[in-house]
Amino acid sequence: MMAQTQIQTESTPVLEVRGLTQRFGGLKAVNDFNVKLMPGELSGLIGPNGAGKTTVFNLVSGFYQPTEGEILICGVKTARLKPHKVTALGVARTFQNIRLWNDMTVLDNIKVAQHSQLGYGFFHSVARSKTYMKREAEIEQEAFELLEVFDLKDFASDFPKNLPYGTQRKLEIARALSVHPQLLLLDEPAAGLNSNDAKDLIRLIRWIHDTFDVTIWMIEHHMDVMMELATQIKVIDFGETIADGNPEHIRNHPAVITAYLGDDNI
Amino acid sequence: MKQYSLNMLLVVFAIGLLFAAHFRIIDGYIQIVFMTIGINIMMSTSLNLVNGNMGEFTCGHAAFMCVGAYISSLLSVFCFGTKFGEPLLPAASVVIVFPIIVLIGGAFAAVSSLLVSIPSFKTRDDYLAIISIAVNYMIISAIENMDFVGGSRGFQGMKDTVWAMVDLFDGPWMLFWVINFTVFTVWVIRRFISSTYGQGVNAICQDEVAAEIMSVNTNKIKIINFMVAAGLAGCAGGLYAHIIGYVNPQSFNILKSTEALVMVYLGGMGSLSGAVISAILFTGLLEVLRSQAIVDGLLSPITFMFPDWEPSAGVIKWVMIPLLLVIVMQFRSEGIMGNRELGDVFPKLKKFYRFK
Ligand SMILES: Nc1ncnc2c1ncn2[C@@H]1O[C@H](COP(=O)(O)OP(=O)(O)OP(=O)(O)O)[C@@H](O)[C@H]1O
Ligand SMILES: [Mg+2]
Repeated sequence: MMAQTQIQTESTPVLEVRGLTQRFGGLKAVNDFNVKLMPGELSGLIGPNGAGKTTVFNLVSGFYQPTEGEILICGVKTARLKPHKVTALGVARTFQNIRLWNDMTVLDNIKVAQHSQLGYGFFHSVARSKTYMKREAEIEQEAFELLEVFDLKDFASDFPKNLPYGTQRKLEIARALSVHPQLLLLDEPAAGLNSNDAKDLIRLIRWIHDTFDVTIWMIEHHMDVMMELATQIKVIDFGETIADGNPEHIRNHPAVITAYLGDDNI
Repeated sequence: MKQYSLNMLLVVFAIGLLFAAHFRIIDGYIQIVFMTIGINIMMSTSLNLVNGNMGEFTCGHAAFMCVGAYISSLLSVFCFGTKFGEPLLPAASVVIVFPIIVLIGGAFAAVSSLLVSIPSFKTRDDYLAIISIAVNYMIISAIENMDFVGGSRGFQGMKDTVWAMVDLFDGPWMLFWVINFTVFTVWVIRRFISSTYGQGVNAICQDEVAAEIMSVNTNKIKIINFMVAAGLAGCAGGLYAHIIGYVNPQSFNILKSTEALVMVYLGGMGSLSGAVISAILFTGLLEVLRSQAIVDGLLSPITFMFPDWEPSAGVIKWVMIPLLLVIVMQFRSEGIMGNRELGDVFPKLKKFYRFK
């Protein structure tokens, strides 16, 4: 265990965030946030409603430009990069409110997420060039494989809007993995799921983590999901980091208990 | 077999049409109707890329037709006309040069679409609609103030080019070109939009934020999509100019843009086959409404009550078409085809053709 940690600290972190601050007008949604995720980690980010968790994800995925601080993905600074460039560096995410492309088939949802790796452009697509045919076949095959392992193959030509909620959540994760990410950000993957589905989700996330060689960082209100999966958890409240450590440490941390006082989730 | 059935059907139809035109089985008027159908298919399918597939609301599509029409007309007169002095090119080269001229017109139109696509990075919906109308006016007014292309009096001389073709071989040349460019348009759009690359356009329509975050370079895809749409509209403009032999900035005003809009919404947003079908229906309807007798017949219950009112077909057309749009939006707001293609509506058809 010790030796393994040693090796990991020597390689570049998948994600390094230093002094991240985000202001919305007078509101400091995130203040001086720091984190370092090593390859293969599965960590968590929790906090009461409005704590700034989603804002952190929005900053990391390049959707907002931070007021202060810097973000490094696999050692590359993301300052002023457009979100699709950040994604191309290896960050994929899901959204708190599912954001699938509802009028495109499940298969196309998966395929389009490969846009940064297409390797052909407009003229190839119109000329149906060799490159195009080859890449398109590869993309399609890969998409089918992904659907297969996610047990979604039967829905390939369905529209996401017609799928059950839990399946949509699963599809959104599959779509994120289609990006070939180094870092997968999951924003409340268990939100809206019943306890059975949540159990499946725990298994799914663990399986993804073992199979896809990806670092996972997730936000979750279901404490059982979080305690079961994450090895490291950060707690924020009003944009401030109030605790940081393993699940056991977090569970008994006085500041966390105070922050969540009255919240049934813990 | 299945793979080529549609192509073969098209080729047979096109050859049949050209033969019929060549041997005067169909007269000049019918030919013009067919050419108008082709041009309208080009306009509606190309606008459908922006308003249907990408879900932006632009209403200045005729601006790009205008750019294409003027650029190709100018080139055409320079190369084969006598208006600016001796023709630059030998008349024999016209058959090869003409499509190139049309394509160059399209290329200029594609570049002019940056006037709309760059603002579209930050603006959507109503604001982009206003920008597109503004661009429509800008381009028309700019040309009206250019004296060397005739200003608001219009520009002519392109018939020299058509005659140069007829001198080589006495056939229905413009019909031939319109058929080719129409097929080319549908073919380009179909291939673009069905590729994973082109699916990025649909992703932008359905959730732009998700598209950008899931690795689609939304700005680039927007530029390309606008360029394809405007470029094809530009080609339509070039052909139109050569069919009529005369262009006037006001032929490309907001009314022309509206025609394209009506066709897109009639056909169903995002449906390529819908855009084709509605272009055919719409052109047919326009021709029918040109007949004073039919208009009088249709309106007889009303004119009966107002004996002093004598509606003219040319004007009543602009009551009927918007009315049609109102009715379609009210009772079938998804248009004739919704966002589906012919093969989705009639799955049995898929057995007989494949269209990629
Ligand atoms: N684009 C924005 N503009 C202004 N304020 C914002 C914006 N996005 C978030 N905020 C504010 O920032 C704070 C943090 O929001 P955030 O969505 O990050 O919370 P969260 O921790 O994800 O909460 P939840 O558990 O409800 O999802 C909230 O007060 C929110 O209102
Ligand atoms: Mg949130």
